[in-house]
Amino acid sequence: MSERDATSWVRVARIDEIPPRGARVVRLRDREIALFRTSADRIFALLDRCPHRGGPLSQGIVHGDCVTCPLHDWVIRLETGEARAPDEGRTERFEVRLEHGEVLLGLPVGESAASRPAATAGGTRSADVAGCAVAALR
Amino acid sequence: MDGGSPNRPVRRSRLVLVGNGMAGMRAIEELLELAPDRYEITVFGSEPHGNYNRILLSPLLSAEKTLDEIMLNPVDWYRERGITLHAGRKVERIDRARSVVVTSDGFEQPYDRLLLATGSNPFMLPLPGANLPGVLSYRDINDVDAMIKASEQYRSAVVIGGGLLGLEAAYGLQRRGMDVTVVHVLETLMERQLDPTAAVLLKSSLEARGLKFRMPAATEAIVGGDRVRAVRFKDGTEIPADLVVMAVGIRPNVELAKKSGIVCDKGVLVNDTMQTFDPKIYAVGECVQHRGACYGLVAPLFEQARVVANHLAEMGIARYQGSQVSTKLKVTGIDLFSAGDFNGGKGTDELTFKDAARGVYKKIVVRDNKIQGAVLYGNTVDGPWYFQLLRDGTDISDFRENLLFGQAHIGDSGTGGADAVTFLPDTAEICGCNGVCKGAIVKAITAKKLFTLDDVRAHTKASSSCGSCTGLVEQLLANTLGGDYSETPAKKPMCPCTIHTHEEVREAIVRHELKTIPDAIRFLEWQTPDGCHKCRPALNFYMLCAWPAEYVDDKQSRFINERAHGNIQRDGTYSVVPRIWGGVTNPKELRAIAEVAEKYQVPTVKFTGGQRLDLLGVKKEDLPQVWADLGKAGLVSGHAYGKALRTVKTCVGKEWCRFGTQDSTGLGIKLEKMTWGSWHPHKVKLAVSGCPRNCAEATIKDLGVVCVDSGYEIHVGGNGGIKIRATDFLCKVATEDEVLEYCAAYLQLYREEARYLERTAPWIERVGLSYVKERLVDDSEGRKRLADRFLEAQKYSQVDPWAERAAGRDALEFAALGTGA
Repeated sequence: MSERDATSWVRVARIDEIPPRGARVVRLRDREIALFRTSADRIFALLDRCPHRGGPLSQGIVHGDCVTCPLHDWVIRLETGEARAPDEGRTERFEVRLEHGEVLLGLPVGESAASRPAATAGGTRSADVAGCAVAALR
Repeated sequence: MDGGSPNRPVRRSRLVLVGNGMAGMRAIEELLELAPDRYEITVFGSEPHGNYNRILLSPLLSAEKTLDEIMLNPVDWYRERGITLHAGRKVERIDRARSVVVTSDGFEQPYDRLLLATGSNPFMLPLPGANLPGVLSYRDINDVDAMIKASEQYRSAVVIGGGLLGLEAAYGLQRRGMDVTVVHVLETLMERQLDPTAAVLLKSSLEARGLKFRMPAATEAIVGGDRVRAVRFKDGTEIPADLVVMAVGIRPNVELAKKSGIVCDKGVLVNDTMQTFDPKIYAVGECVQHRGACYGLVAPLFEQARVVANHLAEMGIARYQGSQVSTKLKVTGIDLFSAGDFNGGKGTDELTFKDAARGVYKKIVVRDNKIQGAVLYGNTVDGPWYFQLLRDGTDISDFRENLLFGQAHIGDSGTGGADAVTFLPDTAEICGCNGVCKGAIVKAITAKKLFTLDDVRAHTKASSSCGSCTGLVEQLLANTLGGDYSETPAKKPMCPCTIHTHEEVREAIVRHELKTIPDAIRFLEWQTPDGCHKCRPALNFYMLCAWPAEYVDDKQSRFINERAHGNIQRDGTYSVVPRIWGGVTNPKELRAIAEVAEKYQVPTVKFTGGQRLDLLGVKKEDLPQVWADLGKAGLVSGHAYGKALRTVKTCVGKEWCRFGTQDSTGLGIKLEKMTWGSWHPHKVKLAVSGCPRNCAEATIKDLGVVCVDSGYEIHVGGNGGIKIRATDFLCKVATEDEVLEYCAAYLQLYREEARYLERTAPWIERVGLSYVKERLVDDSEGRKRLADRFLEAQKYSQVDPWAERAAGRDALEFAALGTGA
């Protein structure tokens, strides 16, 4: 199995639904993911939790390729999810693709199943991902 | 910005640093931050170590610190960064024609850019016997080693020189068990830093510690055979000496530069970019002479380092414009601070305070109500504050009578009385906002080699939130570093994106008609593509204030609270505070609030300090609907989340209260109707009390009105926030209309002239109450124009943001993807 098969791509938004230098939240069943759009129209996706105290990064000010957490001003690099020095920490990042103005979010299939409670892992994997997709597309 | 630029040159440019000391290495560190890959770096140092903290030689001598503790860049540090270090190799000459440096053992190293940081040499008095064994200078680790060795074998030491360095050496040797006499040519110690009174206090306190003094005394010769035996004076007397330390001053080390034909005077001459007369060659540190001045303290050298790094990184925007310096003696238990011109003279006034029993002496020299210099002995807590006032040229006339008592006595109780941080235990909490204790800060300063307040803020978060512990952190920094470091940039840029100050940016916006944030960023050559979380909200406000009619608010440049029109809470929910005009409500409004609280299952409903109701824990996606429901009862945004007009607190006034003198409630409502919706540099709170009993607490508000029988007293610049400050009395007026005009004019002056995030209290302390009076009370035409500008701007800002959003504006802001219809 190639790496690509391990990622399931889900359409989550049109690019014009995300304001430049802004963010939107994608609400999944077990977590929230922040989609960012920079002034140069680059799109990034991070778990919507600051590595510091869990602040919602989607609510921060986006500048350059960074976002500043609204709770205590940690600056997080959108490309890597890493906090800018001297702060230390990293938030989970996700793959994103832009196709004909549609933003596709890459969800690691195995990992997303593993992060669930044991009872729903395994056999329900594909249904879970499908659930995300339906929710995300409204 | 161009981190991934593909067209990097194949061969990196070669940068050679001559002088492995604090200034040169600071420049290299700054350069690595800015452009880590631009140069292949080679460092030559004549001492066989890495780079150590020279200002900590005294604690090393007095055995209060170890060599490891004062190392800044150990040898591994260079290896890890791919820097070639030649420690213990002396550069003999520079072949400028071939761009090569040549060492004394014949090694050649080519350069594209050369940085000279050769430091200074101790000045040795040309006395007979000056080269006897046992006669030392006090300059580097070698000297300290030799002094420590001597202290183990011998008994008597003489230190020649009663300046900063000499006294530190004497104290260190005495701590090592020697019998020490200080010889000084003048009558007063440390004459360059102290006035005679402070010098006498210092001398007696050093005597109490066992040091002896011989002054004024001129040395004639150093006497001895195979080793020094005594010091002889001009009057023919002798004192025994097994060790003589000469600490009479330093001279810039220009030998190499001079020999290589680089233009030198006292030091290597440089321009404001730290470039020498050879454009390939830069110089920093003690070897440099800039605009006629040579510096020997760390702070200016680090400023130079920052500038040279900026030019080596080819950013080309920094300028060094000289420094003002302050000094502190590093003798444990003696608190001494001096800055500027403390000797006074014609046209100056001296303010002095002396309490000999407590060993406290303070002298401040003032010219035209500005501080020229200060000497503090015994209590130096306010040193940094006086230094700041000196550097900023602040007019002190408004608090002159309290100046000598310190910052704690001019209404700022933030750090007041917290004397002598030295005696606090390591567990003492210094920064209450971020829970940082003394031990953690001291550890970070030593372990991470921090030098500046900003360094400490970045690494520990201490003093980075409310800032009220800044004085304490500065003291810790001074005590831990040994003291002679204090920051000096007089001109503080708005944020790291720019070199411009708030004032410069505001002026440019108006003068060059910059009408959008991108325009300003481009015109003022920001170093980032679209600013940062610090400058963007400030720029947005400045635009709004300058161009009220045309500026289109940039929502993405607002902090989340102002973007979502609610206060974000620690769990990511929001709070909703409707406006309650003058604190007066009615059953209909209360019913609407109650219904909303039930309908949206609001977990907490609380009265605020501003006579309103706060609905806490509202989900973001419910906000527009909550606002729509509240709006049906006529409730609008209370702007409780904004750098904006918040509340107008009132008491019931003469309608009900038997003491009331005027209709304070009615006036409060009029004020709130006039000012609501206005944006400001920071939050603004007003109050109106119906009589001097002041039940509305008007004297801790940004503007407070206290009604009296004959009219209305207007008080300004108070707050009950981080640093409680009572208002200053502005003036008394006879009518409500005058109150309204003064209020509008005052708020507009604050809007137009305060820095973003500066509340009215620090703003008034900065510009002075006299200035505010001049603009508002003395100049009635100017006051009217200010008030008119405020009312003009209000035409565009008095739109209820909640109603707009309840009607669908910015819908995307409140909807998550995947949850909508």
